[in-house]
Amino acid sequence: MSSLALLPWLLILPLAAACLTGLLPLRATQISSLLVILSQALASLLLLLWMPSDEPLFYSLGSWGAPLGIVLRLDGLAAAFLMMTSLIASLCGLYALSYLRPSQQPGFWPLFWFLWAALNGIWLAGDLFNLYVGLELLSLAAVGLVALGGEASRVKAALRYLFAALLGSLGYLLGVSLLYGAHGTLDLELLAEVFHWGPLSALALALILAGLALKTAFFPLHTWLPPAHAGALTPVSALLSALVIKASFYIALRLWVELEMPERSLEVAQLLGLLGAGALFWGGWMALQQVKLKQVVAYSTVAQLGYLLLIFPLLSSSSSEASHLASQGGWLMLLSHALAKAGMFLAAGNLILCAGRSELSALAGLSRYRPMNIFAFGLAAVSLMGLPPSGGFSAKWLMLQSALISGQWWWILVILLGSLLSAAYLFRVFSHTYLETQDSVQFGQPSLMLELCALTLAALSILLGFFAPWPLAWFALPGPFTEALG
Amino acid sequence: MNTYLIFALGGAGLCGIGLFGFILHDDLLRRLIAFNLLGSGTFLILVGLAQSGRGGVDAVPQALVLTGIVVAVAATALTLMLIRRWTQLSQQSHLTEEDE
Amino acid sequence: MNLLPLAVLMTSFTAAMVIFLLPEARHRLRSLINIAAACLKLVLVIFLIQAVLQQDYPEFSWEILPGLSLVLRADALAMLFAGLSSLLWLFTTLYAIGYLENAPNRSRFFGFFSLCVASTMGIALAGNLLTFLIFYELLTLSTYPLVVHRGTPESLRAGRTYLIYTLAGGVLLLLGVALLYAEVGELNFGDTAALAEAFHAHPGRMSGIFFLLLVGLGVKAAIFPLHAWLPTAMVAPAPVSALLHAVAVVKAGAFGIIRLVYDVYGIELSAQQGLLLPLTLIAAFTILYGSWRALQQIDIKKRLAFSTVSQVSYILLGISLFGPLGTLGGLVHLLHQGLMKVTLFFCAGNYAETLGIHKIHELNGVGQRMPLTSAAFTLGALGMIGLPPIAGFISKWYLGLGALQAGMPWVLGVLIASSLLNAAYFLPVLKRIWFSDPPAAWPQQASESKRLWRDSSPWLLLPTLVTATLSLAAGLFAAASWSPLSWAELIVIREYLP
Repeated sequence: MSSLALLPWLLILPLAAACLTGLLPLRATQISSLLVILSQALASLLLLLWMPSDEPLFYSLGSWGAPLGIVLRLDGLAAAFLMMTSLIASLCGLYALSYLRPSQQPGFWPLFWFLWAALNGIWLAGDLFNLYVGLELLSLAAVGLVALGGEASRVKAALRYLFAALLGSLGYLLGVSLLYGAHGTLDLELLAEVFHWGPLSALALALILAGLALKTAFFPLHTWLPPAHAGALTPVSALLSALVIKASFYIALRLWVELEMPERSLEVAQLLGLLGAGALFWGGWMALQQVKLKQVVAYSTVAQLGYLLLIFPLLSSSSSEASHLASQGGWLMLLSHALAKAGMFLAAGNLILCAGRSELSALAGLSRYRPMNIFAFGLAAVSLMGLPPSGGFSAKWLMLQSALISGQWWWILVILLGSLLSAAYLFRVFSHTYLETQDSVQFGQPSLMLELCALTLAALSILLGFFAPWPLAWFALPGPFTEALG
Repeated sequence: MNTYLIFALGGAGLCGIGLFGFILHDDLLRRLIAFNLLGSGTFLILVGLAQSGRGGVDAVPQALVLTGIVVAVAATALTLMLIRRWTQLSQQSHLTEEDE
Repeated sequence: MNLLPLAVLMTSFTAAMVIFLLPEARHRLRSLINIAAACLKLVLVIFLIQAVLQQDYPEFSWEILPGLSLVLRADALAMLFAGLSSLLWLFTTLYAIGYLENAPNRSRFFGFFSLCVASTMGIALAGNLLTFLIFYELLTLSTYPLVVHRGTPESLRAGRTYLIYTLAGGVLLLLGVALLYAEVGELNFGDTAALAEAFHAHPGRMSGIFFLLLVGLGVKAAIFPLHAWLPTAMVAPAPVSALLHAVAVVKAGAFGIIRLVYDVYGIELSAQQGLLLPLTLIAAFTILYGSWRALQQIDIKKRLAFSTVSQVSYILLGISLFGPLGTLGGLVHLLHQGLMKVTLFFCAGNYAETLGIHKIHELNGVGQRMPLTSAAFTLGALGMIGLPPIAGFISKWYLGLGALQAGMPWVLGVLIASSLLNAAYFLPVLKRIWFSDPPAAWPQQASESKRLWRDSSPWLLLPTLVTATLSLAAGLFAAASWSPLSWAELIVIREYLP
């Protein structure tokens, strides 16, 4: 069996699961979900192993070619992110199985599967319109997940998120229409060939980027993120912070590089970098002010997105080595943040289960009781702070090298100060857990499954520091992105 | 200036109105309507711009607009559901200021 | 590829993981794992030392970034530090088991304790700057929980100070290493040729990087004015203080500076380009400043802490003197200071545990009550002053010779002044211990039953006596082939005077 035949199943199976789980009784829903999770993990692993090392794969759904049919393309980047999605979504799914109340599960599973299908669709999409459909499906599923549970605060956060996401999608769609008007194609490969720079293209790209920035929650368009990510149920928070916002960033960076923007708009790139610095400092500062654990973690996402924004100016370098390092570092940062943040949200959820309240002050004395959760939180924190050995450190090292080679020393300062700030707000959490209290508090006991899911994700973000050459080799496999990078 | 360009310009105008309404209004239903206007404007631009300067009918934008309308309807339905839930819970037709 | 260096690292790392997973109540099993891991590590280190003696340098490497590897390599200098840490880890573990008897949170404590030693081993065996950096930061992370172990607001404050200093230092070090890699293109220890070339191309930039790295390492080595975290961290339990001062943290900084001067920039280049003189000056100043501040302390552990600030700079002074004798003095002091300081901290812990003594004025007549601990304390203190034949004398002797050889006789003045100050802050303490009358009641008495020879609990007393004996032996038998001095000579001969 060739790996090509596996591709459509990555979309069909989750979509089928989404429809099925909406209809089946709870027990059957859980069992079928477990089976599909297993098959997805297996399929993405096989794809990664069978990935041809010379050229990307193309697959036309139902043998309908472009422009009307749907073409899937699989390059190293897509394969790596398929794997990342399988890993994180599987663990979040397992977590949800034992975390969510039976009354919440019938709502969760269909949305979960739509989310997964949308993510796979986005990693594999080869044209702008399929990306739009993927983005919309992703946003709607994510908004539904945030509202899960139905409390007023969640509904409010979901509404805020929904309006931001809808506005973002329309900005993106408007940009795509303009691009189509100017170039007559939506296929990314074709577009890259015929792309010509002009006011219309510039406006179109600006709209697309602005729409994607709103969906990714880049500073200063981040205000919807903290209530949505902190307020949602724990497995949902992990999915949103680890995967959902990464999808729109992935599209933005792909378009940016494949349409050869790094050479065209140096000023915009510097501006995006500046926004990244703003995100790092503002997000870090706000994380330092929060009194609730999940709010700290959510603001940390806002801050960490700043690192991803820094890739844009680093790519705009005259040295191809520097831009190569920047893209490698950026994708690695995305990967390690996804693992670490998912682990951290799950660990935070466990800590809140232990303490019974979500305030930081409720954590006092927790580190003596059930140290496993603190340990998982700590491992994820190490990666987020970018301290060695961790995926976060390796990514930061590559970005530092890129900044040094391209002579943009000011971003070095931003990166280093950002890590100090993240150390400040994360160690603040730890110091609460070490405080010894006089009164003996009764702590709850999360199940072993919950603890293992959090620990696995956090440990993976650390292990990424030792095995970084593997994903880096996948990222470097030939494909439109690597070719455009030169 | 041809018919298609007029469509496109009309679409741009609708987008402007929609965006204006989206930013200006607090009321959730009004925002939703503004969003729908914005969407319609976008579809008009898509159809209009795509056809201008090319002879004959281009099937691609029509397929896209159809898909887009389906997506917009789904989004509207979800929004309406959330708005209804919110007004039931809070007895208010707009989002209250951040109180956390 | 040789797995032995990795095995040395993994013994304490595995022990840490197992201990984390053990339930709090399994005290015996935990102690057993601790001691077994410490002994196993010691045996493995002895194997490594054997290999190094036979001119074989076991190396383990694993690529973690394109073109950059995690390298663990046993060379003579690495084994100096690794040997010291693994030996003292055994004694500190034994001591900690006794010290924390009946204390809460032992699972967490011993887990991080082992992790801390694993990182120290990583620092010792690091074969390039990146590996060094990785374990240097890991050391920061694994010592923080130990510093805040008591969980009081005071210890959390100390932990925060510790973090601010060490993380800022770590960032500077990271910046320095990244800059160095961008300039030179490699980070391996011992390959000084590529760096010399880069240095001649951009002397200003490379000197800047040198001082950046120096400051980054100087935070842990507690050079003035980066030392303030060390006395604050005294709120931690006594075994942690021993770890900070003698086994791991401060030593890691000093060891890093040795690597920087000898294996990254190369001693000849550093000396020719005048990079060493600022180090000599700052080390000399820190020696005097630390001693002066120690004189003013009334808390035993604080006085010892400032004494460490001063004593660690002896090491830096030695390596900043260009010439084999100065190097010898600095290297051997790395070991000697560790032995003597660990003894002194053990004694301070014994006094606090057994009689509740924390302040110097409470020590009156304690020699009659706890003669063995007091004898050990006396040995350590006299060694610090530099009285022959205790270990400290050997260090100071070679440092003095090194100063003369390097043509800096004023350093001799610093050494003499510092010895006088050492005497001034230790001798009155000794006088109180032995020649003052004991008070009617001690601040707080431990139960009589568990004490050995009327002194302290055996877990506390025996490690103290052993380290005290070792610091005497290191001086008495300095000429023997297995002494720290001989090993330091081997390093000097083999690596710096080819």
